[in-house]
Amino acid sequence: MQSHILTIILFTPLVGALVLLFIPKENKEAIRWIANIFALAGLLVSIPLVPLFWAVRAEPGFKFVEGVANNWIPSIGAGYVLGIDGISFLLIMLTTLLGWISILSSWTAIENRVKEYYIWFLVLQTGMLGVFMALDFFLFFVFWEAMLVPMYLLIGIWGGPKKLYAAIKFFLYTLFGSVLMLLAVLFLYFYNYHQTGTYTFSIEALYKTAPGIFHDPAYGATYAILLFCAFALAFAIKVPMFPFHTWLPDAHVEAPTAGSVILAGVLLKMGTYGFIRFALPFFPDVAMHPKVRGWMIALSIIGIVYGALVSLMQKDMKKLVAYSSVSHLGFCTLGIFALNGPGLSGSVLQQINHGISTGALFLIVGILYERRHTREIAEYGGISNVMPVYATITMIMFLSSMGLPLLNGFVGEFTILQGTFIENWRWAAWAIPGVVLAAAYLLWLYQRVFFGTVTNPKNEKLHDLTPRELLTFAPLVIMALWIGLYPKPFFEILETPVNQLVQTVRRPNGMMRAYDTPTHVTPEKAGAGN
Amino acid sequence: MTPNLHLWWIPLLPLIGAAINGLFGKKFSRPAVAGVALTFCGAAFAYASYIASRFSSLAIPYSETLAHWMRAGSFQVDFAFYLDQLSLVMLLVVTGVGFLIHIYSVGYMWEEGGFYRFFSYLNLFMFFMLMLVLGSNYLVMFIGWEGVGLASYLLIGFFFLRDSAAAAGKKAFIVNRIGDFGFLIALFLMIRHFGSLDFSPVFQSVAPMSAETGAAGLLTAIALLLMVGAAGKSAQIPLYVWLPDAMEGPTPVSALIHAATMVTAGVYMISRSHVIFERAPMALTVVAVIGTLTALFAATIGITQTDIKKVLAYSTISQLGYMFLACGVAAFSAAIFHLMTHAFFKGLLFLAAGSVIHAVGGEQDMRKMGGLRKKIPWTFWTMTIGTIAIAGIPPLAGFFSKDEILWRAYQASWVYWLIGLITAFLTSFYMFRLWFLTFTGEYRGSQDAQRHDADTPAAASVPHGGHSHGVHESPMVMIVPLVILAVLSFVGGWIGIPGSLGGKNQFDKFLAPVFHASTPALNSAHTMPGETAPPEQQTEGPEPQTSRTTELIFTGISVVAALLGLGLAWLLYSFQPELPQRIADTLNGLYTTVLNKYYVDDIYAAVLVNPLLAISTNVLWHGVDQNVIDATLNNSADGARQLSDSVRHMQSGNIRSYAGWVAAGAAAVICYMVWLGVRAQ
Repeated sequence: MQSHILTIILFTPLVGALVLLFIPKENKEAIRWIANIFALAGLLVSIPLVPLFWAVRAEPGFKFVEGVANNWIPSIGAGYVLGIDGISFLLIMLTTLLGWISILSSWTAIENRVKEYYIWFLVLQTGMLGVFMALDFFLFFVFWEAMLVPMYLLIGIWGGPKKLYAAIKFFLYTLFGSVLMLLAVLFLYFYNYHQTGTYTFSIEALYKTAPGIFHDPAYGATYAILLFCAFALAFAIKVPMFPFHTWLPDAHVEAPTAGSVILAGVLLKMGTYGFIRFALPFFPDVAMHPKVRGWMIALSIIGIVYGALVSLMQKDMKKLVAYSSVSHLGFCTLGIFALNGPGLSGSVLQQINHGISTGALFLIVGILYERRHTREIAEYGGISNVMPVYATITMIMFLSSMGLPLLNGFVGEFTILQGTFIENWRWAAWAIPGVVLAAAYLLWLYQRVFFGTVTNPKNEKLHDLTPRELLTFAPLVIMALWIGLYPKPFFEILETPVNQLVQTVRRPNGMMRAYDTPTHVTPEKAGAGN
Repeated sequence: MTPNLHLWWIPLLPLIGAAINGLFGKKFSRPAVAGVALTFCGAAFAYASYIASRFSSLAIPYSETLAHWMRAGSFQVDFAFYLDQLSLVMLLVVTGVGFLIHIYSVGYMWEEGGFYRFFSYLNLFMFFMLMLVLGSNYLVMFIGWEGVGLASYLLIGFFFLRDSAAAAGKKAFIVNRIGDFGFLIALFLMIRHFGSLDFSPVFQSVAPMSAETGAAGLLTAIALLLMVGAAGKSAQIPLYVWLPDAMEGPTPVSALIHAATMVTAGVYMISRSHVIFERAPMALTVVAVIGTLTALFAATIGITQTDIKKVLAYSTISQLGYMFLACGVAAFSAAIFHLMTHAFFKGLLFLAAGSVIHAVGGEQDMRKMGGLRKKIPWTFWTMTIGTIAIAGIPPLAGFFSKDEILWRAYQASWVYWLIGLITAFLTSFYMFRLWFLTFTGEYRGSQDAQRHDADTPAAASVPHGGHSHGVHESPMVMIVPLVILAVLSFVGGWIGIPGSLGGKNQFDKFLAPVFHASTPALNSAHTMPGETAPPEQQTEGPEPQTSRTTELIFTGISVVAALLGLGLAWLLYSFQPELPQRIADTLNGLYTTVLNKYYVDDIYAAVLVNPLLAISTNVLWHGVDQNVIDATLNNSADGARQLSDSVRHMQSGNIRSYAGWVAAGAAAVICYMVWLGVRAQ
């Protein structure tokens, strides 16, 4: 007995894209309506998943599994296998929500090549959902690459003045990472064959064999670490972690508003999701290796503080928000590599929070950009006089982003820091300045844009939010308050998968880790690794 | 069994008011906005009073849980509320003084734009402040702690048309956040070591621990980190710099937030955590030293300021320093006593100062006031009471609370006492200076002072418009709160008359269950043999009879100091008004230094803020991001392009060139084969 709800959620946007193909491109209104209807439908079909998932939240393993291993291309062992746990469930809901909001927000922003825009956007939506649902690495990789192309086009066609540079930079960065990841997966694929005698890309099958590489005398720790690094590089670029983050500000600044919302809200989470879904369970012993973990934590902390400091000095609003994402995602990776319950739960929750808050921040920037076609902070000032409703919503989302209690950001950051503190108080202490600086760059931005008198005559006639724009913010504000006031259901959903992961990574009476012994890498093995 | 008190209604009521005014206030008339704000704030006060009236019949400490909030692993925090003697005092002060200031604000803000916004923020502030004092765990306290900061930010920046106000609001929030850094780490330490943030379990875990007299340990670390947070919120050295700037906000805000309630949150937090602090003598010493230094330091700045609100702001910092001194010598009930009387008289002084500013059409420079005694009699008389109260002249409120602190401080160390005494003298001096400058002599303001405000945004801080003809008294809606606060400033100290003056020190007794309950556990279980009893046992509770004479002598000395301050102020600002300028000229360097607040703001800017900004821009952004990471990438991209470019030239479409390449390739292959052959031999 299989439920097909995941497939329905996955392909609803793609059906929309196919329908759009048949609409003449001159008929812009019809295209907009159809795209919005399918985006809304994509959200609506995902809503029944909420009660269904809630009922089985405490069950271990993947739920709503569709398909069996190797059913797609049996000769190479690729399967159309979908399935979710609490972590992917939350990310899927975030994706459907943000997908609808982004498409709704594009109504007046996109005027040229409308048809292609919406088609690519809907294809992107399916690609992202597929990444979170795939339980087969081949399928995962198809979606992973498939979503790269639409995003590249969204930036490259509908972007700003330096759009080509930004788009190619984005594309090459990500592609470089994924090529290494593919090589690592092929290694796991053949290793699995050697261990079990079957060729398969099934993630659950690879979960069983991949951790063994670390202890396999034929390969050992060095191989495992190198493979982990291949995965980690792909995901670190995507997150992005310092020092692989420089594509992000460019991509964001050039991307159209909706592209930025999706890029920040969902695409960056592919990186953190990849760490959680692949890098940790494939290589638990590497993740716990003090050196590897130390590096990941250090890069996270550098990202937190670095992103915040650089945000402080930006003159372009969108670039400021982009750098703040580097800082916020630093908290997410910090939580992941705390490798304990609070750290991981907080990290996933903070990924959702970041999607909500930063998604809203990009929408906020987009509202002004659409009216004035500039994002220079110096061009603005006194906006709260002319756009009071907009100013109020901005304040709420800024407060959420800077982690004010009773709003969502606080819950995530607090839980992450608590989890980190348990592991090593210094890590938390180094990360907290990011919280202080977040208040500084956001409040300073708010002061420069919203307070004071309207000094620039061009800003005098700006109109406040339209009902459609208000509608794009409403769900985000509600979610920010919900998670801030009552995060308990979210923690409950995350509890089972996170505990499972923590147990995988820290097997309580598991085998002796190689680095626990004095001679952790024997010369032969080290030589074999070269 | 105590019935459910539904304490959560107390913070919720102002929140409802804030929401109504915030969402719909724009369409309301002014009386309706004021009505909503006063109703919900008043209801909170009424409910608090009702609880106070039933207090003796309740099982104290009382706590209730409204809902679950956060949970991660085994650690859980709830929306829970807590009531004991300490929170009751805070509750009454916050709702009572808050309600009076709400009433006053109706008159003060009547002419301002954004009336509904102001009251929405003011109610929002009440919500967060009540969460802070009623929270049953540190995290609910932290909600209030951050939230009052937010409300303060919004209210300081209320005049957001003025850049200075917007900047001041931001500065306050950020400096507070620096303090919160310490607070947060302290919370994480508590979670890690006690597994909870609820007051009861934490204090129960701490109670059996012995004082860290020898080496500093966990409790000292927690206490010091909490102190960092408290120093930010309560404007102590080195984080006090935001409070004087906060005076950019409307005057009722200065009275409510930056004098009576929010800034005392640090004192409340330390008193609430007294179980921890009592076991961390080193941290207590730090608290006392910082408090003492802040008291003196701020007082010296206070004597040179000419802006009436800035004088009061530095005075507030100085008085908060007294409260920290009291906490630092483990005289927590004395600290709370001073907190309460200070809320009365400093609230009164700010409101009266607002009335003065209101009367003279927005002028805040005392050099342009003078002779206002006859023109604004109500303001004059209430402010006089406030001045006497803060100066520490009996039998007004400030005398009792300050004397209590000085006496406790003396028992800890005569140095604290001496500096405290000097500060008391300075306090009396700068307050009477303010009083003489404002109310006596001739009016020095230019007549156009009353109309200049219309065209400079800098004067937008006070109502104007209808009030442009001459100095005038404020409306009744502002006078009544002044009078009530004046009465409280007069009699408020009488509930804490010490034994040496024939009183019973009821205030200390009332708070005794909070502050003394933990001490016996310390004694019975863990006082090490041979160790002298910790100071807190001597400092609070019934005192030995022998010290009574000594205590009376000390009381006399502090009264004399206050009177000397009064006399000096009279000499300099009434009898010989040209003298201050001569003194300032003589002590030019020192005077300028103090006038410029010891250049602390400039030093912070030069040493911390500007380098940070410069590093962010030049090193991190332009340096690392653009010149290192991106440059490396772009260079390798360029390299790849050049390489491919040169390879591209092979495909020229030119037959002869192809032939040449073929020949070259053939030659290379032949050479290779020859070489292979040579090697094989």
